Amino acid sequence: MKNIYKLYLIGVGGQGTVKASTIIGEAAMRKGLNVVMSEVHGMAQRGGTVVTELKIGDAHSPLIEKGSADLLIAFEPVEALRVLDKISNKTFVVINSSPIIPFTVSLGISKYPEVEKIIEELKHITDHLLVLNAREIAREAGNIISENMVLMGAGAASPDFPLDKEIIIQSMQENLPPASWEVNLKALEGGYKKVQELRR
Amino acid sequence: MKIKEILTSKEGEKLFLLGNEAAVRGVLEGGISVASTYPGTPSSEIGDVLSNLAKEAGIYFEFSANEKVAFEVSTAAAAAGLRSFVFMKHVGLNVAADAFMSTVYTGVKGGMIILSADDPSMHSSQNEQDNRIMARLAHIPLLEPSNPQEVKDLLKFGLDISEEFEIPVLLRTTTRISHMRGVVNVGKIIPGGKKGIFKKDPSKYVVVPQFVVKMRQRLQEKIIQIQKIAEKSKLNRIIDTGGKELGIITSGAAFNYVIDIVQEKGIKVRVLKLAFSYPFPEQKVLDFINTVDQILIVEEVEPVMEKEVLFLLGKHSLNKKVYGKLDGTLPIMYEFNPDIVSMGIEKIIQGKFKKEKTLKTQLPLPLRPPVLCPGCPHRPAYYALKKAIKKLRLNEKDIIYSSDIGCYALALQPPYNMADYCICMGSSLGVGSGFTKATSQRVIALIGDSTFFHGGMPGLINTIHHQEKLLLVIMDNRTTGMTGGQPHPGVPLDGMRNPAREISIEEVAKGMGAGFVKTVDPFNLKETEEIFIEALKFEEVAVVITKHPCAMITATENKKSKKKLRYKINQEKCSRCLLCIKNFTCPAFFINQNNLVNINPLLCNGCGVCIQICPKKAIEVIK
Ligand code: SF4
Ligand code: SF4
Repeated sequence: MKNIYKLYLIGVGGQGTVKASTIIGEAAMRKGLNVVMSEVHGMAQRGGTVVTELKIGDAHSPLIEKGSADLLIAFEPVEALRVLDKISNKTFVVINSSPIIPFTVSLGISKYPEVEKIIEELKHITDHLLVLNAREIAREAGNIISENMVLMGAGAASPDFPLDKEIIIQSMQENLPPASWEVNLKALEGGYKKVQELRR
Repeated sequence: MKIKEILTSKEGEKLFLLGNEAAVRGVLEGGISVASTYPGTPSSEIGDVLSNLAKEAGIYFEFSANEKVAFEVSTAAAAAGLRSFVFMKHVGLNVAADAFMSTVYTGVKGGMIILSADDPSMHSSQNEQDNRIMARLAHIPLLEPSNPQEVKDLLKFGLDISEEFEIPVLLRTTTRISHMRGVVNVGKIIPGGKKGIFKKDPSKYVVVPQFVVKMRQRLQEKIIQIQKIAEKSKLNRIIDTGGKELGIITSGAAFNYVIDIVQEKGIKVRVLKLAFSYPFPEQKVLDFINTVDQILIVEEVEPVMEKEVLFLLGKHSLNKKVYGKLDGTLPIMYEFNPDIVSMGIEKIIQGKFKKEKTLKTQLPLPLRPPVLCPGCPHRPAYYALKKAIKKLRLNEKDIIYSSDIGCYALALQPPYNMADYCICMGSSLGVGSGFTKATSQRVIALIGDSTFFHGGMPGLINTIHHQEKLLLVIMDNRTTGMTGGQPHPGVPLDGMRNPAREISIEEVAKGMGAGFVKTVDPFNLKETEEIFIEALKFEEVAVVITKHPCAMITATENKKSKKKLRYKINQEKCSRCLLCIKNFTCPAFFINQNNLVNINPLLCNGCGVCIQICPKKAIEVIK
């Protein structure tokens, strides 16, 4: 593993981005690694863009320097484009193809680009793009709410990810109520498997 | 981790804690007996966790009516010999300032920590004030943690200083510390929860001129003594990577950026990290300065330490180059990050750092501002108010919407555009009352339930007393919503989750003498509209209370009962009039690629109010 592994998660308020990051961070701690994380609370959680940043390894600040993320997990397609300054052609990008259209688009104040265009644009930037429909996988697992677990599982299957799946699952169970484990586990495994397939 | 573990984990264990959660562990390890707050981002989670654990931990915790009251509650506990803890966001300290400035005169018996969570870059705030200056204004010792571990440890350290010198101590975090998660080694819990005894001594506790003159003298002596401690404190430490050309003085979150850059790029410098930063350890800083050729100050918000250093250089007639905010090496405002600090260091040391090229997108990005939640009761209230105004043929351009601090200020966005002025907690009424005097425009004041109790009540008294014509809408969503849902005096529950006396807003308004006071459920759109019409016709202060639980509360209830209704658009009935989108704008609505109106099931809260809006009855429950 690199000295410091840098993980950037971006999504929309209500998608469970912070929860997913916390689970990953705690898994890192369980493995005996140092980990720091930055999360968003307050105003932004009301349907705005939500960002969490994690550094696993010998770091003091969780904030990721320009162009240096090892892994970007975008919980929503267009959100990935907001943080291009954090990635480079070496960054692995996991992206959910299910959009959440903001009200500004419905009101005609702004435009939402076609998802295909977003993916195309990202393909130009990185050779390591993994696209999956997390909402669909979550639905199959039993609850669309588990989108975040799908994406977490997907991230965990990306190369160089410093933690194995088992420890992530353990951490998931530490953080979520037992009644939700079954669906969340299916979701997590679904995301993991999908990325394994894509990488083949 | 489960929240419980903050209380149950044993000495030597590790927890992955938010800065705010670490503060709670500090409270438990510090043997604190009384804690109080008014919620405010970025400090809110401290209260959420305490509310969860206080009863079991045996300590007293309350959500007070406002920060001033919270401060006074903790002050009393400290005067009675107990250890106490009051916490708030940075602007909360303005509300508490009167008590803050005097408590340092009376001093304390038990240790007292005041935590102020500052918000550089104003992620969730109305200003960027730097409360390190408040510490200097009041002469209160100041501690600045850089991570969750330090939040906990400095809180405990502060208690000892506070008790030894009988002075409250200010612990200043920033958003990036309060909302940073890190590995925390926990220590031993010391049970608090004792009852204190207040020993009468008016010369110590009554701030009349006769006594305060002496108190001021005592305070001065304390600060001189405490400065000596700061000079020797290990909290102010030097990290030496083997260079003497550059010395960096830093604190708080800025330290993290500095040390990461120094380590990653292998820069040879000396770094002085100040965590016990007021009274300013002058001798320590002077000694440090003398070991380096030039100095860079890396601190967030105001150039506080930079000015201290410049002052020191002047005082000792030293001639050394000081880089920082004042000479433009670093930005004068907003929070820092690794890139900003990196650029600052780069300007001083010769040689460029390797940088990745910055990628940008060619595609236009949609705006995604924060919005009222799906199922939010404010939205139908606004919708009905707008309709009432239209029915009465009032010109919206002539109406001043005097709004307040809370989610409802989000109505400043289209299609509502119903927030024209908002400066601070409770200002809707004072400002609204001022506008009625200063202009002949109509004023509609909008305030939330928690904000009404916090700072709105004096403004309402003033408005009623002066017999002004003003419509006040109190949007009672049964919680303090913006900060994540904490109880307030208007709900029958306290901070310990015990039953509490519920204060009726309606009775308060009537008791104040308002001639028109009516309560309505905004989910009944027609009735709400009618009441607004009536209220707008009233010639003096009219108070309408729109009462319905916050969407966060209903979402939790839905989850528990598993009875959430799901809604869809019957495309055969939908005429695409887009009323639901253009006039009501619940964020769960969207137009899909085929130009059909849709409801996003992930976002829809199942509130069902939109059924009343659709003229074609196209919105249906999914069976
Ligand atoms: S208000 Fe009703 S008819 Fe009009 S667009 Fe919405 S769902 Fe369709
Ligand atoms: S029921 Fe209608 S108004 Fe309520 S959250 Fe769902 S879409 Fe929005």
